[in-house]
Amino acid sequence: MESNSETKQHTLLSSESGIQRTQYPYVTGSSVVALKYKDGILMAADMGGSYGSTLRYKSLERIKPVGKHSIIGASGEISDFQEIMRYLDDQVLNDNMWDDGNSLGPKEIHSYLTRVMYNRRNKFDPLWNTLILGGVKKGQKFLGMVTMIGVNFEENHIATGFGNHMAQPLLRAEWHENLTFEEGVTLLEKCMRVLLYRDRSAVNKFQVLLLFPINLMRLMCYGMRLLGNFLLLLRYSLREPLDYAFSSPLLNCHCFQNLDNNVIAKITEEGVTISQPYALKTFWGFKAFENPTAGAEGSWVVGWRARKRDILKSPQL
Amino acid sequence: MTKQQARFEPYDFNGGTCVAIAGADYCVVAADTRMSTGYNILTRDYSKIYKLADKCMMASSGFQADVRALQKVLGAKHLIYQHQHNKQMSCPAMARLLSNTLYYKRFFPYYTFNVLAGFDEEGKGCVYTYDAVGSYEKVGYSAQGSGAKLIMPVLDNQLKSPSPLLLPAQDAVTPLSEAEAIDVVKDVFASATERDIYTGDKLEIVILNVDGIRREYAELRKD
Repeated sequence: MESNSETKQHTLLSSESGIQRTQYPYVTGSSVVALKYKDGILMAADMGGSYGSTLRYKSLERIKPVGKHSIIGASGEISDFQEIMRYLDDQVLNDNMWDDGNSLGPKEIHSYLTRVMYNRRNKFDPLWNTLILGGVKKGQKFLGMVTMIGVNFEENHIATGFGNHMAQPLLRAEWHENLTFEEGVTLLEKCMRVLLYRDRSAVNKFQVLLLFPINLMRLMCYGMRLLGNFLLLLRYSLREPLDYAFSSPLLNCHCFQNLDNNVIAKITEEGVTISQPYALKTFWGFKAFENPTAGAEGSWVVGWRARKRDILKSPQL
Repeated sequence: MTKQQARFEPYDFNGGTCVAIAGADYCVVAADTRMSTGYNILTRDYSKIYKLADKCMMASSGFQADVRALQKVLGAKHLIYQHQHNKQMSCPAMARLLSNTLYYKRFFPYYTFNVLAGFDEEGKGCVYTYDAVGSYEKVGYSAQGSGAKLIMPVLDNQLKSPSPLLLPAQDAVTPLSEAEAIDVVKDVFASATERDIYTGDKLEIVILNVDGIRREYAELRKD
């Protein structure tokens, strides 16, 4: 009943003003996952930008630091995220110009973003993003989400898009207060790996944002090289059953550069650090992945392939 | 025929149920703390109850962004009122303000289902119930939101209030004591949680009485 009146409302408004605004997204980023841990926030996102069903961009940074105390991760339309970054830069600039020793904290920025998204939704010209805002200020950790129509809330662990369906169950099962950094990263990587396996718009290239003490800026990469291909080869040859506990490059600081890119972000009291892109080690030998249509013998999909095979073999062609 | 695209839908239903009960010298407002979207749960710990004035609390369910905007708008208007009149707004005044605020957006409504609870000018409990565009009524008790239709009949049955259909009109305040009313609220939410997917996780109960404002929590089923 409600949807009927709403659709009527849409047509009423559209025919009235001849809306020329974007009503659907073009280049989109997939999920962002974030959680609170002992010292701050960890946030992870892959670096892919899809253009419909094409994975067009593979080096998009979807997590960015904001001011001194926060990081923002976005899924959805990338150009709208860039617009939001411009708004936030203006806010941070104005805040700095006051020069009063105070700086915008994550709660303030979250509130500002909520208002921006809600007001754009009111004008029927939404910024097509779901944003995750995380930060630490004066020891207080904050993690919140804002959707494109202004729905907002705070939580201990948040995921957008597909992450809500696939990563949240993992987070709900395994998150607890006072996760250590290693536990947090392992949990995040587990989430990202599941998303990589099952979300077709995910790319194996992640950003991990870290906060290090002593203001290590992200330009100073810590000489990481990803252990990707070599290890993978080794694993396949040894035919070992693997569990999820792959060692993270952040933990042992050994990883080789790989075309696959993941980035994790960490923010603590001391500051933000964004890692260099790295790839998660993946294992594809799961039984569920091999011969996926095994259980569907006789279904039209399997039948179609068999028929196509027969047709191609037939003498008429 | 233009191609059908995924259209932008400005509304979402984030679920939740709110209940308010007025007694002779107390008022109980309760709401669950679950926020959902579609078949997902976004968070299990989101408060739907907002203090508008010392003697006036509002509980709202529906579309969370509109709820939050409504809370802020009313809060701002109340602040201006306090500056201009050097006193807090009374509950009946706030009730009319909420109605007018909702009707102001009659052609792009706040998708919110509200109950207002507080004390009227005589110090007796009062509850006002609203629809999304501002029609309101002073009642003795009310439920709004996704579980309202499950809860309202039970309240009609259990609260022993005089019937609203009687003439001359009698005040529909419940003769139950505060503790009894809180028990009814807990029972009623437990039942609604069983059958309504949008209700559950935790119940937040706010009790206003002569001693001030008190908050209680009760666990609900998380499935």
